[in-house]
Amino acid sequence: MVDPMAMATVSTGMSGQDGNPWSGLTSMRFKDVAVSFNGRTAIRGVNFHVPKNKVTSLIGPSGSGKTTLLRAINRLHDFTKGAVVSGSIRLGDTDIYTGGIPATLLRTRVGMVFQRPNPFPTMSIYDNVVSGLRFNGIRKKAVLEEAAESALIAAALWDSVSNRMKAHASTLSGGEQQRLCIARALAVEPEVLLMDEPTSSLDPISMRLIEELLGELKSRVTIVIVTHNMQQAARVSDLCAFFLMGSDRAGEQIEVAPTKKLFSEPDDPRTLDYIQGRFG
Amino acid sequence: MVQRVAARTLERRIRISKAMVALCGVALALALVPLFAILFTLVQKGLRWWNIDFFTQTPQFPSLLDPNQIGGISNAIVGSLVIDGVAALFAIPIGVVAGLFLAESTSRFARVLRTTAEIMTGLPSILLGIFAYQMIVIGFDEWGVKLPGIGFSAIAGSFAIGILMIPIIMKAAEAALRGVPATIREAGLALGARRGVIARRVVIPTALPGLVTAVLLAFSRAVGETAPILWVIGASTVVSWNPRKEMASMPLQIFQSATSPYLSLREEAWGIALLLVVIVLVINLGSRLFAAWLQKERR
Repeated sequence: MVDPMAMATVSTGMSGQDGNPWSGLTSMRFKDVAVSFNGRTAIRGVNFHVPKNKVTSLIGPSGSGKTTLLRAINRLHDFTKGAVVSGSIRLGDTDIYTGGIPATLLRTRVGMVFQRPNPFPTMSIYDNVVSGLRFNGIRKKAVLEEAAESALIAAALWDSVSNRMKAHASTLSGGEQQRLCIARALAVEPEVLLMDEPTSSLDPISMRLIEELLGELKSRVTIVIVTHNMQQAARVSDLCAFFLMGSDRAGEQIEVAPTKKLFSEPDDPRTLDYIQGRFG
Repeated sequence: MVQRVAARTLERRIRISKAMVALCGVALALALVPLFAILFTLVQKGLRWWNIDFFTQTPQFPSLLDPNQIGGISNAIVGSLVIDGVAALFAIPIGVVAGLFLAESTSRFARVLRTTAEIMTGLPSILLGIFAYQMIVIGFDEWGVKLPGIGFSAIAGSFAIGILMIPIIMKAAEAALRGVPATIREAGLALGARRGVIARRVVIPTALPGLVTAVLLAFSRAVGETAPILWVIGASTVVSWNPRKEMASMPLQIFQSATSPYLSLREEAWGIALLLVVIVLVINLGSRLFAAWLQKERR
């Protein structure tokens, strides 16, 4: 078993993880957020602020509603019949559900990277990166090319693909495909990047590359990451939110704290139990 | 204990296994016999009718002096081309768009439409024949709706064949479009794309090999249909490209030749049948090769 205290000690060596992550600007505010499907609550009681230009990790065992919460942030539940999101999620000053912002516009401000790399299979590397811009009506070649280069550089993929932009995305390795998906999301210039276990289907080296990337990306975008891997949460995040499935099988927020604090001296005994591997 | 019993019964179990495999082989052979018998007869009796006249001449009536003077079937080849072509022209867009709707929508209307399509694929095709006869050939005048008939014409045949094709294309297109992983659609949604944009620029291109196969298989099914056009296209004996005019078609020509009093014409039916089978075979193989090629292009 891994000693969480040791991990937390290691994590303090990384920049930006000391001190209070809330001391700067706020990107998003959750107030009494709950998501239910056909009357069955999947997650409830979410109340915290997501700090701007920081990495916030959502951790907890399977069924605790982490991914459900993440997908509420860019309104991906809109297409699920019977899905109801209650409470308030604000991006800046706008309530993303009642604030009158169209879902498609919201999703250009809140990007997402999925569990498995999902590049568009019919498109080249270049077409993948600029697809979000094209979907939203940007046609100018110069603009697209500049956005592609900038996004690929930010995703640490430029050096390995700049000479084969016309190749199909499927010619890349799994880790490269995931970084391509990160570049694709970044090209739209979102304020927030949601990541749903982005390294769970990758090998350790690819995982490490993406983790290192997160530290660089947060100057550019606020990151919210769901992870099953507690060492990963400890390594990459500034703020950590812990969720647990209640007795009625609904997930709920247990504790939200600066990552260092959550992994060393959590307030809730259930958090300590979880990070010490007693359940989940 | 288990090992002892296993050893004792081993030989018997092997014997049973061999008998069952043999039974499967016999069943397979029995199933294949009619298929090969048909193909063999078709080639043997049909191929000798294939000559220049067969493809370029129009039918002629054999006389007592020259019972082998039968001309060719160019009118039927052109007729099939026009009838099935016009049918495809309206059936493919309708079928693909309806298939897209079935694949993307979870609405009640989509469920009703899907059931309707399933029922329609099961309809006896001759029903489409009398429907086309009523609606296009004679004209429709009920419930205050008045449609003038345009008489026996290729369009009437296209109408019947097209209606036959639509549900087939719909179902196959839906299956092809549903085969596109949900994660790909979500990737599009997460980039702020509207669903129509995702359908057009992501889902349809990804499903293209399946869509092409769907369309071509429906087309090859339509090419061989006889009942829907039996008495609506007028069975002309001259070559015509005008869809409003009477026309011939290959399946219908087989029927007419095979029921004619002249032996030469009855035998010629095999030649037409062979041509029809070759066309269907080419479309089927072609669609598979094309789909495989499209898949390979993406690697």
